[in-house]
Amino acid sequence: MDDLLEDFIAETRETLEAISGEIVAWESDPADRTRLDSIFRFVHTVKGSCGFLDLPRLGRLSHAAEDVLAAVRDGSRVPDTAMVNAVLAIVDRIGELVEAIDAGASLDDTSESLLIAALAPDAKPLVHVASAPQSRAASRSVRLNVDLLDHMMSGMSEMVLARNELARRLRDSESSVDPQVEAALERLSLTVADMRDTVTRTRMQKVDALFSALPRMVRDTSAELGKAVHLVIEGADVELDREMIELMRDPLVHIVRNAIDHGIEVPGMRRAAGKSETGRLVVSARQSGNQILIEIADDGRGIDVARIVAKAEQQKLYSAAELAAMSDAAKLDLIFAPGLSSRDEVTAISGRGVGMDVVRANIDQIGGRIALTNDPGHGLRIVVHVPLTLSILSTIVIGVGTQRFAIPRQSIEEIVTVRGDQVRIETIGDAAAVTVRGRRMPMVALASLFGLGAGPPPTLVIVSTREGEYALGVDSVVDTEELVVKPASPAVMATGVYAGKTLPDNGLPMLLLDTSGIAAVAGLLFAPTLANHAAAEEAVVPGIPALLFDDLDGQRRAIALAVIDRVEVVPTDAIRWSGGAMRLSVGGALVPLYAVGEFGGRADVSVLRLTDGESEMAYAITDAIEIVELPAEVAPARQAIPGGGGPIAGVVLIDGEPVELVDPHALFAGEPMKAAAPPVCLLQVDGSGWMETFLKPALEASGYRCVTALAAGETAAVALAMEDAPIRETAAPVVMLRRFRTAEGDDDGSIYRYDRPALIAAIAARRAQ
Amino acid sequence: MSDLFLVAHIAGRGVAIDAAQVDSVVDIGDIVAVPRAGTFVRGLAALRSRVVTVIDTGTALGLAPTPDTARRAVITMVEGHHYAILVDSVEDVAPFQRLALSPGLALQHGWATAGTGIVERDGEPLLIVDLAALIPASAPVV
Repeated sequence: MDDLLEDFIAETRETLEAISGEIVAWESDPADRTRLDSIFRFVHTVKGSCGFLDLPRLGRLSHAAEDVLAAVRDGSRVPDTAMVNAVLAIVDRIGELVEAIDAGASLDDTSESLLIAALAPDAKPLVHVASAPQSRAASRSVRLNVDLLDHMMSGMSEMVLARNELARRLRDSESSVDPQVEAALERLSLTVADMRDTVTRTRMQKVDALFSALPRMVRDTSAELGKAVHLVIEGADVELDREMIELMRDPLVHIVRNAIDHGIEVPGMRRAAGKSETGRLVVSARQSGNQILIEIADDGRGIDVARIVAKAEQQKLYSAAELAAMSDAAKLDLIFAPGLSSRDEVTAISGRGVGMDVVRANIDQIGGRIALTNDPGHGLRIVVHVPLTLSILSTIVIGVGTQRFAIPRQSIEEIVTVRGDQVRIETIGDAAAVTVRGRRMPMVALASLFGLGAGPPPTLVIVSTREGEYALGVDSVVDTEELVVKPASPAVMATGVYAGKTLPDNGLPMLLLDTSGIAAVAGLLFAPTLANHAAAEEAVVPGIPALLFDDLDGQRRAIALAVIDRVEVVPTDAIRWSGGAMRLSVGGALVPLYAVGEFGGRADVSVLRLTDGESEMAYAITDAIEIVELPAEVAPARQAIPGGGGPIAGVVLIDGEPVELVDPHALFAGEPMKAAAPPVCLLQVDGSGWMETFLKPALEASGYRCVTALAAGETAAVALAMEDAPIRETAAPVVMLRRFRTAEGDDDGSIYRYDRPALIAAIAARRAQ
Repeated sequence: MSDLFLVAHIAGRGVAIDAAQVDSVVDIGDIVAVPRAGTFVRGLAALRSRVVTVIDTGTALGLAPTPDTARRAVITMVEGHHYAILVDSVEDVAPFQRLALSPGLALQHGWATAGTGIVERDGEPLLIVDLAALIPASAPVV
């Protein structure tokens, strides 16, 4: 919390310095809208931060100033000198308060209501109350300009390159190198590597730094609004460039606030809508390629698009005709329009039309993008994609003709080889297209575009751009490489197909391709209808992904993808019926196996390896078909379905076909054995080696662990002994084995040593005693 | 007053280059082509840890392309980017008096935009070439 406060103080101080010029300019021209906006943003940000830092005085001041400025922004009040002075007095006071907080000093608050009162339209001009100058407290940390860190980082990469060059020169030189020089170079290398790590680390920070403020903020905000919100934070360990963290802070606060204020309903409404009274807000971060995805999902009411459109029309942001022509996605995007507020009343939390436009602006600034998934009545999911870092790019190096180019990894969907029916190149009119597993998309052959060759390319890189996806035909995929990319000269950039230049370790310059630019230069036209269609699809809340498969009994079933660890083919030999259950032995462990039918005569079978995070089990299937999305509606199954199927949660419609949905809960619940250690079977060996060589493998295949002596603290579940050997003291029940097929008498409890089923049964029975 | 000039040969002619524009004179190594770039861009080359854009000076002047064997280049920095301007040869650096272009001198091709003045070396006039003008994308509008 102290960190946050320090950040807030430093940030407010900096912003105050930055806007002091704006303030003076606004003073001389109160009608200047852009100055007004930047001062408005400042007080809005201060208000926002005060909310979760629990600074009520600052909150009151900034809220009052914001009210007045909002009135000016929407035209209901004309700024005059008295008002400007009153606002500036508040801005000054905010500055004084911040210094006081930093110094740990207290500041008299009697004049604050006067300051607020002076904002009223008919207030008397304010007499400025001078306050004693505050002393600044000394700080242990230093705030660095990110430019400086950038400079340090680029200096670092120069240093690495210089070292590499030095090493190369030494290696290439004819004469043998002085060992002392080599040692010096070695030391230099170590230092440089160490420095690089450190410098990189100065820029990286756990995303936790961004999330740590949320619990308190969510609690306070929801309490203020009389709502109950359960916050779930995931992936706080993900690391992100420090600069990104700073830039994401405000947008995240705005989005979370909006989610609580606009999204999650009050408990009464939630109950009426059939939801639990406590709203759920999930904030998560995960890395995907060289992007970090920050997702904020709530289960509130979602965005009422019709109302947004009505508001936009009412506030004259667009004409009715323009709005009518908009696609659904574009309508949803209206929430980012400057000045639009979807709320009818203004609260202390949000609803002033500043927020989402600032959010979008901040995210655009760092080269990120923001995607909305709206499910009216059920919630809103906002995914913010931000690049991992601004300086190092993860790329895939491809070869065309004799040249190599890099493609940013984040824009690559997949890489496929042209082969067979699955991936083929077609010519439609004079345009090239490819069909990849039934999906058709335009193709650009890089070799012919670059004049480096002709003929159909053997490899396709499927790239996705903002407009659509297409296949880029290349000759080969060479490598993946982390590259320091720098802007290329205008003469090179003018081609429109490059995003930058870089110098990889081999010392030959390489160009980074701009996939959107290539699409544009190649003349690919992505029909807007298609894009809208895709966007509309994206606006539907995705169902739970599930794997559709053919079960052993011939039924088609589905199981939630999340419980599947992997799908693998195992030999049927590895599956044994033991201890009353089917078990799969794999990789030295025994995993309970569920199968609804016989394996027949097949030599191997596909199994789904399921996991609930702790224990594992396997589910034998005939064939995995595809990944589908489960519809929201599941017709519940009536008890267990007689005669088949195993645990079935219900039936869902997939592509018009009823499909049974496997209930993983029942699978795991019906499986009492966790990943526990197999029972120990103590072999009382007689020195002939028969037990070790003959008996041990048979028993271990049945799920026992055989030992010839107990380790300290180990207890045997059962002991085995030959009838003619002396029985040693053991606490475990003993199964006697005899050498001859026939027993000596009826009361003889011994088992013929090659009667395997009887032996296994006897061991299981003795264990149960 | 006189300024320092680098005397070099471009497309078989002697020229003078303002030394303030010259970062260094080097022999560049392997050049990587830049497909789709203007023909005046020969490619990219690594110069120590920097990547420079190599300019085919002949083409940039609207004359015959500079031969592929040309490796000597004058490095200059224009608008924050380094360029290697291929030259036939470099003679020396010397102070000269900057003279205005002779009135009525009909310069053809790229010489017209690149030439900004004249220096006289031992009675022989040399055209002062503005290196920035050889890079069309960033050529100042006159």
